Amino acid sequence: MKIHIKNGRVIDPKNKIDAQHDVYIAAGKIVGIGNKPADFTANQTIDATGLIVSPGFVDLSARLREPGSEYSATLVSELNAAAAGGVTSLACTPDTQPVLDEPGLVEMLKYRAKQLNLAHVYPLGALTRQLEGKLLTEMCKLTEAGCVGFSQADEAIIDTQVLWRACEYASTFGFTLFLRAEDDYLAKNGVAHDGELASRLGLKGIPAAAECLAIASILRIARETNTKIHLCRLSTAEGVNLVREAKKQGVQVTADASAHHLHLTDFDIGFFNSHAHLKPPLRSMRDKEALCQGLKDGTLDAICSDHTPVNDDAKLLPFTESEAGATGLELLLPLALKWAENQKLGIAEAIAKITHQPAQILGINGGDLSVGCDADVAIFNPEKIWKVTPSELKSHGKNTPFLGLEVMGKVQYTLLHGQITYQSF
Amino acid sequence: MINPQLDSDGNLKHLLTIEGLPKRILNQILDTAETFVGVAERDIKKVPLLRGKTVCNIFFENSTRTRTTFEIAAKRLSADVINLNVGTSSQSKGETILDTVDNLIAMHADMFVVRHSQSGAAHFIAQHVPDNISVINAGDGRHAHPTQGLLDVFTIRRYKPDMHNLRVALVGDVLHSRVARSEIHALTTLGVPEVRVIAPKTLLPTDVEKLGVQVFHDMKAGLKDVDVIMMLRLQNERMNGAMLPSAQEYFKTFGLTQDKLQLAKPDAIVMHPGPMNRGVEIDSCVADGDQSVILPQVTYGIAVRMAVMALLGSGSPSSLQAIGGGNVGQAGNSR
Repeated sequence: MKIHIKNGRVIDPKNKIDAQHDVYIAAGKIVGIGNKPADFTANQTIDATGLIVSPGFVDLSARLREPGSEYSATLVSELNAAAAGGVTSLACTPDTQPVLDEPGLVEMLKYRAKQLNLAHVYPLGALTRQLEGKLLTEMCKLTEAGCVGFSQADEAIIDTQVLWRACEYASTFGFTLFLRAEDDYLAKNGVAHDGELASRLGLKGIPAAAECLAIASILRIARETNTKIHLCRLSTAEGVNLVREAKKQGVQVTADASAHHLHLTDFDIGFFNSHAHLKPPLRSMRDKEALCQGLKDGTLDAICSDHTPVNDDAKLLPFTESEAGATGLELLLPLALKWAENQKLGIAEAIAKITHQPAQILGINGGDLSVGCDADVAIFNPEKIWKVTPSELKSHGKNTPFLGLEVMGKVQYTLLHGQITYQSF
Repeated sequence: MINPQLDSDGNLKHLLTIEGLPKRILNQILDTAETFVGVAERDIKKVPLLRGKTVCNIFFENSTRTRTTFEIAAKRLSADVINLNVGTSSQSKGETILDTVDNLIAMHADMFVVRHSQSGAAHFIAQHVPDNISVINAGDGRHAHPTQGLLDVFTIRRYKPDMHNLRVALVGDVLHSRVARSEIHALTTLGVPEVRVIAPKTLLPTDVEKLGVQVFHDMKAGLKDVDVIMMLRLQNERMNGAMLPSAQEYFKTFGLTQDKLQLAKPDAIVMHPGPMNRGVEIDSCVADGDQSVILPQVTYGIAVRMAVMALLGSGSPSSLQAIGGGNVGQAGNSR
């Protein structure tokens, strides 16, 4: 199968390309950018006039809900959502039922995802058994099975001795830990940013200090043990500052923010809108601005979708009882573009944060359009305005605080290994 | 953002929280309540304003006092009243809130009085009922207890009519108190110039001063020259632990005693939403003393709840005048 993508504007931040080029694909690989290889005869031509041709997006945090929560979403539905969102590689969290703490489960997930052939799925294995924060998992075996790193999902490791040992052990083999920093005691039962809005609505708050304390101890341990740490979904201005300082001091740390936190604050909870119930909570305007700025100056390395499909019933409850999370794979592109626009940056900067930068954190191939690489490509219209509605979303999760709003930027084609996995009509 | 409590003409559609309600609506409720005070003193304590209407008290959290006063209020308006203690029935069988509510809607209820342990439950229900049903929040988590806030300002207005010249202190567990939040919003909306909260830092919400109150941690400073003291209930489970070391120490530092009461203005009134913990937040001799208006609060609570139900259930204030009892015609120009 040979595909010729013609007349598109190719943006490949890793290779510093931003120009009109034709792209040539053969046998699932990129065989030419701008230069047509000799003896290339396309079976299919995609006219990308007015569209941007970019590496397929790489997402650092998506919940696929399988195994265990098929009522909320299935691998098929969510990988279709990934394709519709232009996401060709994604890291999935280990908080499934059962927890991804055994090689067999990881192999099964990898196998099923490969059969579906809609996106590359890179599992993050559980760092501790059952995510209980007590006993280490078989990290080497899990890595062999396909894990690209280890995570506690939203569960904290309360015992700092265990965290220290986990870091030492991971560091021995050069594994990366993907941790969401939150002090478990300070965050207990909290559902919103501890500030004026939570006080007004009578919601139990999670202070910004819960994140900062946890970041401080994780970074300290990472430095002592020389461990590669990726901090997932920062939410606070102070957290950004801590990471900025740590990077200056040479700690091996990277960090991301969720696309939601770049655009929303706790005030978007309004009158108890459960779609704005997220983990970590939406925080203040000042925090939001600091995240946007941190992403701009490179303190934060990537934007993730924090894709969390939740079934309608679990959102149709009073705010505190509702399940946290928002669907995100199909909104990653428009929200990243919007961030760049707000920061007066170009489209290439937005794409960098959802392609090669997260790919580098995961240590995977992908996120660029180098000749010879897998042809994982997203072709999108950056100016297409569309309304976020349940029927528009492929994900089983229709839960997003952007429901009913218009966003700009829509994927027209997604290619995985040179095969079209999504096409918008 | 659209205020979910008002209809397109700006009339009250649901009563979910005091926050965001215009002063005009608060005064309308208080003035209407004024006319209902007299109803209870008559031989026949009924007016036919809600005749043929069905009021459902849905209590997802147990309550005797509040439910009883709502029930009496509805019955004095001639409504049919159904009490549901959902905390002890369907929820334990796995039914969701909306299932419960949908069933009551199918039975053609006209008004829901809702209490729930989670903040936002009343808003949530109001968002899901059809247009012809009104929801009254009878307390949701720590968020709001608007009829309590209203009856408290009604009581204040009766004893201290000039709201623009008052100093009010709320004492105690503001953090967990829906009553405190509703009182603060009612007082600030009605133009009370100085509202104080007095509590240890463990019992105050973050950024509480943004609600328009002055913060005190010392009873003596906080009570100085106030006209109204509103005590808050301290839940038993908060007396010993990380919030407070003991009930005895709390009483010593933040309990209202005769000595501390001396610091307020000589004619200051003392209020409490009940049920009281005597010897924890308030000394019995103060609770039962001359300056206490705790029992009148209960009496006025019925009039205020009648006013809210009447306004929600019979449409405009003018229709109240047309079909109401003898005193109802005075609405708006009482006091």
